Amino acid sequence: MQHLRQARRTMSSTTKLYLFHGGLRLDGHKQISNQSPIATCKPQNRYVIPVQQHIGAAGDIIVEKGQRVLKGQMLATTKILISAPIHSPVSGTVIEIGKHAVPHPSGMETDCIIIENDFQDEWIRRNPVAENYHQMNSHDLRNIVRNAGIVGLGGAVFPAAIKQTETNIRTLILNGVECEPYITCDDKLMQERAREIISGADIIGHIIKARECIVAIEDNKPEAIAAIQAAIDEDSTGFFHLQIIPTKYPSGSEKQLIKIITGKEVPINGLPADIDLLCHNVGTAYAIHQAVFKDEPLISRVVSITGNGVKQPQNMEVPIGTYIADCVTQCGGYNDNASCMIMGGPMMGYSIHSDHLPVVKATNCLLVTSNNEIHPANTEAHLPCIRCAKCVEVCPAKLLPQQLYWYASTNNFERASEYHLFDCIECGCCSYVCPSQIPLVQYYRSAKSKIWELEADLKKSNAARKRHEARQFRLEQQKREREERLRQKREMLNTKKGRPEENEINLKKAAIAEALARVKQKKETQAITPKNTDNLTAEQLRQIKEADQRRQAMKKKNHE
Amino acid sequence: MLTIVIVLLAIIAAIFGVLLGYSAIRFKVEGDPVVDQIDSLLPQTQCGQCTYPGCRPYAEAIANGEADINQCPPGGQATIIALADLLGVEAKPLNAEHGEAKETKTVVVIDEQTCIGCTLCIQACPVDAILGAAKQMHTVIASECTGCNLCIPPCPVDCIHIVPIEQNINTWKWPEPDGGHAAPKAG
Ligand code: SF4
Ligand code: SF4
Ligand code: SF4
Repeated sequence: MQHLRQARRTMSSTTKLYLFHGGLRLDGHKQISNQSPIATCKPQNRYVIPVQQHIGAAGDIIVEKGQRVLKGQMLATTKILISAPIHSPVSGTVIEIGKHAVPHPSGMETDCIIIENDFQDEWIRRNPVAENYHQMNSHDLRNIVRNAGIVGLGGAVFPAAIKQTETNIRTLILNGVECEPYITCDDKLMQERAREIISGADIIGHIIKARECIVAIEDNKPEAIAAIQAAIDEDSTGFFHLQIIPTKYPSGSEKQLIKIITGKEVPINGLPADIDLLCHNVGTAYAIHQAVFKDEPLISRVVSITGNGVKQPQNMEVPIGTYIADCVTQCGGYNDNASCMIMGGPMMGYSIHSDHLPVVKATNCLLVTSNNEIHPANTEAHLPCIRCAKCVEVCPAKLLPQQLYWYASTNNFERASEYHLFDCIECGCCSYVCPSQIPLVQYYRSAKSKIWELEADLKKSNAARKRHEARQFRLEQQKREREERLRQKREMLNTKKGRPEENEINLKKAAIAEALARVKQKKETQAITPKNTDNLTAEQLRQIKEADQRRQAMKKKNHE
Repeated sequence: MLTIVIVLLAIIAAIFGVLLGYSAIRFKVEGDPVVDQIDSLLPQTQCGQCTYPGCRPYAEAIANGEADINQCPPGGQATIIALADLLGVEAKPLNAEHGEAKETKTVVVIDEQTCIGCTLCIQACPVDAILGAAKQMHTVIASECTGCNLCIPPCPVDCIHIVPIEQNINTWKWPEPDGGHAAPKAG
């Protein structure tokens, strides 16, 4: 492997950068939260752990109410491919398994496991493979990643292990771009834990047999750049390259980042793997390092708690399941002018209406805005589209947002799909620049979920048609069988009714033949005469005769 | 000259006639594609509210021009629009004679305490969504139930109830913004 890497070193020159279409230069607001080191969240009494925190199916709960669990113990497991297990962030007792509100734009409740902390901080037994991972095969290493419940921590929460099933991928791109305003959790992680991130990237490289790894960071993070560079310098294999890219939103989006670095476009409906690339977030790489070197599952993550609505904005390592309210309390609480809580950044996040919700694997940022800090998505009356095409200029996916809006708002889903609605990455650039303040992204999200529903309906109606047809077929078959039986019966009756004499004669004939056969058989058995009557002497014959006469006489006597 | 032309034309016509006749038999299309297309737009609830004994018979009736496109209450306006698009006719409102479009999707459940195991509902269900046997408790396979409610009238002990399908996080839909200004008409 090492010589391969050396050979590739000279080949890969990543200094030339490409531009993607559109995008915005936004005010970063990063300094609000990146001034202090990553804090540790104080242990809390209670943790609420949603069973489904990732893209894909929910796992099966394997603990019971009242059961004591240890820190890092698996709470839900899964056999389904696109899914991830979850683990307990503390040692304690399962006090409830049931519905609890979770951070989601719907504000709905889902299945959660609620754990009461016993403050013992007692870990399950761990035995990390550590350095030995070099000797392990991709499959076993992937299983470690999977069992640790690691999902993409950039926000997409797609199970990480699945992305790594492709092997012989040329280039691993480590995404430390963090282009969305306000969010600084990756920035701080790179500053403070660069070595672990690079180690995690090396493990991913080992799994997918990559030949090089490009770490991409925006030029507005000089400290992170320095830290990552220092960590890369410690590695002598030449596997890693640092790529500084200009600050522009949404450079951190996977397809856009690939375009910037390689100039290549991910095919429509395709994956980066189709062009020999794989992208992982720096936070995910860090989690993989923890899983391999410490055998620690994903039970905490760094969250940016920021915005002018909170007293001491900062980054904090928060156990999954901690109440958002508890996090904010540790940041000094809310300012008087706090107005709105957003999970995620101002561009792609969504507002949540309560802080009595747990931090989940997807929670990269909790943005508490103050009055007028940012305009929440305009969902009320907006002005009509004036066809200024500003949205077209900024769309990084090279779509025609005004056309999409037209079709999405009129429920013309066929046309919307033809205009590549599903290539929209919901970056929010179009809504941001629209002079009519049309909440374009919300129209697209609504249209997308309507289309998904229609697809689900279609699937269901196709299934119903199949079942109905199967039933029709079965009923017809049964009817045919019944008719066949009836026909046979009727035929039999008809033959009986039709020619009685012949039938009777036949029957009689058969009876006679049977009787004859019986007689014949009897005779045959009787033909075997007893041996003791052969070759008798005259004396014996006389005695028999006398006995017979006596018998006759007795019979006669009896009759009289 | 003229006779030759006429004879020639007649021969050509005869040849084509035979060819056409042969290909009509040789390349016969199984089933009726129009009926299939119409059927694929119907919700397959098989409820019979259209007055036909199922979705496919209704599709056949539409194809034959016997039935109108606005007789399917479970499909509602969306189905009417889709049918109008397919057949190139004007969409029209649902014919109220056949029932009202459902606001929320429903399934049925059997109250298992009350069920006497008569199997009448099984016989009524067009999609085999009920599981049970004589004198055994019956139950509805919710994922297969289309909510047609055909099983309800035959039940002698009235133990089948309609329940709405509950939304969860995975089936939740982003709400549409209230457009404020009238959205442009589809064109
Ligand atoms: S939200 Fe979608 S349509 Fe709008 S700019 Fe971003 S990618 Fe383009
Ligand atoms: S930016 Fe807004 S007003 Fe301008 S074309 Fe796009 S949707 Fe229409
Ligand atoms: S169970 Fe009842 S409501 Fe459901 S599909 Fe069968 S007959 Fe219709």
